[in-house]
Amino acid sequence: MDEAASDHTVGGSTAVNVKLDALGAAAPAGDGAEGSAEPIVEFRDVHFYYGSFRAVKDINIVVEPRKITALIGPSGCGKSTLLRTINRMNDLIPGTRVEGEIRYHQANLYEKSVDPVEVRRRIGMVFQKPNPFPKSIYDNVAFGPRVTGFKGNLDELVEGSLKRAALWNDVKDKLKQSGLALSGGQQQRLCIARAIATEPDVILMDEPCSALDPRSTLQIEDLMAELKQNFTIIIVTHNMQQAARASDRTVFMNMDDDRAGYVVEQSDTMEIFTNPKNQLTEDYVSGRFG
Amino acid sequence: MAVGSPAASQVLVRRTLSRGGFDWRSAAFSAFLLFCLVFALAVIAVLIAQVTIRGMPVLTDRGADFLTSNLSTRAGTAGVGQGIFGSLFIALFVIILAIPIGVMTAIYLEEYAPDNRLTRFIAINIRNLAGVPSVVYGLLGLAVFVPVTRVIESVIFPDLDGTGRSIVAASITLSALVLPIVIITASESIRAVPGTIREAGYGAGASRWQVTRSLVLPSAIPGILTGTILSVSRALGETAPLIIIGVSYNFFSTGNRGTLEGLFGPYTALPAIVYGWASNPELDFRELTAAAIVVLLAVTLFANAVAILLRNRYEIKW
Repeated sequence: MDEAASDHTVGGSTAVNVKLDALGAAAPAGDGAEGSAEPIVEFRDVHFYYGSFRAVKDINIVVEPRKITALIGPSGCGKSTLLRTINRMNDLIPGTRVEGEIRYHQANLYEKSVDPVEVRRRIGMVFQKPNPFPKSIYDNVAFGPRVTGFKGNLDELVEGSLKRAALWNDVKDKLKQSGLALSGGQQQRLCIARAIATEPDVILMDEPCSALDPRSTLQIEDLMAELKQNFTIIIVTHNMQQAARASDRTVFMNMDDDRAGYVVEQSDTMEIFTNPKNQLTEDYVSGRFG
Repeated sequence: MAVGSPAASQVLVRRTLSRGGFDWRSAAFSAFLLFCLVFALAVIAVLIAQVTIRGMPVLTDRGADFLTSNLSTRAGTAGVGQGIFGSLFIALFVIILAIPIGVMTAIYLEEYAPDNRLTRFIAINIRNLAGVPSVVYGLLGLAVFVPVTRVIESVIFPDLDGTGRSIVAASITLSALVLPIVIITASESIRAVPGTIREAGYGAGASRWQVTRSLVLPSAIPGILTGTILSVSRALGETAPLIIIGVSYNFFSTGNRGTLEGLFGPYTALPAIVYGWASNPELDFRELTAAAIVVLLAVTLFANAVAILLRNRYEIKW
C-alpha cells in the first residue's frame, strides 16, 4: 500500500466510511460522560511488515476511550511503527503490509473500502519534532478543516482549537504571523491545535515532547490531561517518568530475538509501574535495561 | 614580576595566544580567490564596456528610432524593432508553453510516479536532453515543428501558402529546448521541500493532490521561478535553432499578411540580428551590431530582474 489517496469524495460513500461518519456523529467529542467499556481502538493479532521484514508481531491491544494510553519500550521495538498503523501513515511507505485487524469503533481500518484520508481526519497525529506549515498561525490550524470541506465558521473553529491547545492567549493578537516564528513548545501546541481542528476523537502522539525543554514538556502534559476529557490519546514515549505521570494505561513492548516487537504487558499505569506481572517489565521500568 | 603572579601569567597567556609570525599561506589563498573573482568580473566588464562604447553613438544619435525601425540593408535606417517583438514573443510563448508542462512533469515525477526503473530511466534521459546541443534542437524544429506549423497555418489561413518557417515554429522549438531545464529545476525545488511538511499534511487529513497543491508547490515556487529565469534567458539567447529553422536578418516583407498571419511568415529575433549584422562587411554595421547586443543584454537582464524580484518576494525562510 503506497497510496496516500487517489481521488476520493469528501465524506466517502462506501459502507465503512458511512459507518465511520455515523460513529463520529453518535459519539460527539464534547460528550463528557464516562466512556463506554467498548474499546475505541483495538489491535487483533496484528503483524506488520516492511517488505519481508516483520517489525511487530502478535499484537493485541485494547485502547479505552477518553483515556491516555502510553506505549513504552526500548528503542527499535516498534512503538512508532505501531502508532502509525492506527492512522494509516505507513501507507506512505512503499512495501508495507498489515496482517490482522486494527479496529476503530469496531470497524476494520484496513478493509479494502476504507479511504486512508478519511481515517486521518478522524484520527489526528502530533509528531516528534514540531512541524508547523510555513504559513500563518491561522492558516496552520485552518488547514485541516479547509481540506476536509468544512463549511461552518472557520474563525470560531480556529479560536476554539487554539484555546483547547492552551495557545490562544499567546497568539490571539498575531494570528497572521508565521507559525515558524513561535518557540519550540508553542510550535508543538500549534501542531496539537492543528490536529484537533478536524475534530477527531483520537489523537496519536509520537514522542511529542522529546524535542522540547522540561518546562514545555510539563505544559504539554497538563494539556494532555485536559484534552483527555474530549479525546482519546495514544502516546509513544521514551520517557518513563512521563508515562508514569501522564498516562492512565500503559502498554510495554519489547524486541524479540527475531527483531520483531511484541507486547509484553498492558495494564493500568499504576499496576505496570508498581506491581508489574512480567519480570521484563519490572526490569525495564526500574531502569535495568532499555 | 614574580613567577606565578597574576601579571606574569597574564603576559604568558597573551604570548601563547598571539599569532607567531605572519600566515603567508592563508593570505596567499585569499589573494588568489580575490584575483579569480576580479578576473571573472573584468572579463564581463570589458565585454559590456566594449560593446556599450561602440554601440553608444547609434543609441544616442538615433535612440527610439533605432528601437522601432525595421531591418534594412542600409545602416542608416536599420533598427531592431522587429527583433524586439520577435524575442519578446518567443519569451512569452516559452513561458506559456514550457513552464506549465515542465512543472506538471516535475510534479508527476516527484510526487506521483512510483520509484522504479522506468521512472529512473525517464529522469536520466531528461537530464541528458538538457545537455543536447541547441543546433540539434534546430534540426528537430526543422524536421517536425516546421511541417506541423505549416499544417496549422493551412488550416487557419487556407489562402496563405507559407513554408512553416515562422516564429511559431521557432517558439515551439525553443520551448522544447528549455523544457528539460524547467523539469530539472522544478524537480529539485519540489524535492527540497522537507518530508516533514508532507507528513504533517497527510496527518491532518489531506489527500495527495491537496498536499501537493497547498503545501509542496507554494514552498517550491522560488525554485520554480529560478527555473523560469534560466529557461527564458536561454531562449532569448539561442541563435543556432533560429538559423536552422530559418530566420531573417535583412529586410523582409510580410507581404499582405496581417498581424496574426504574420506569425506564420518570415520573422526575426535579437540574437539572429546580432549574428547577421556581425557578418556584414560594411563598417557602419559594426556599430549597429554593438548597439543590437546592448539591446539584447538589456532585454535579458530585464527579464531576469523581474523573475528575481518575484522569487525574492515569494521566498520562504525555513
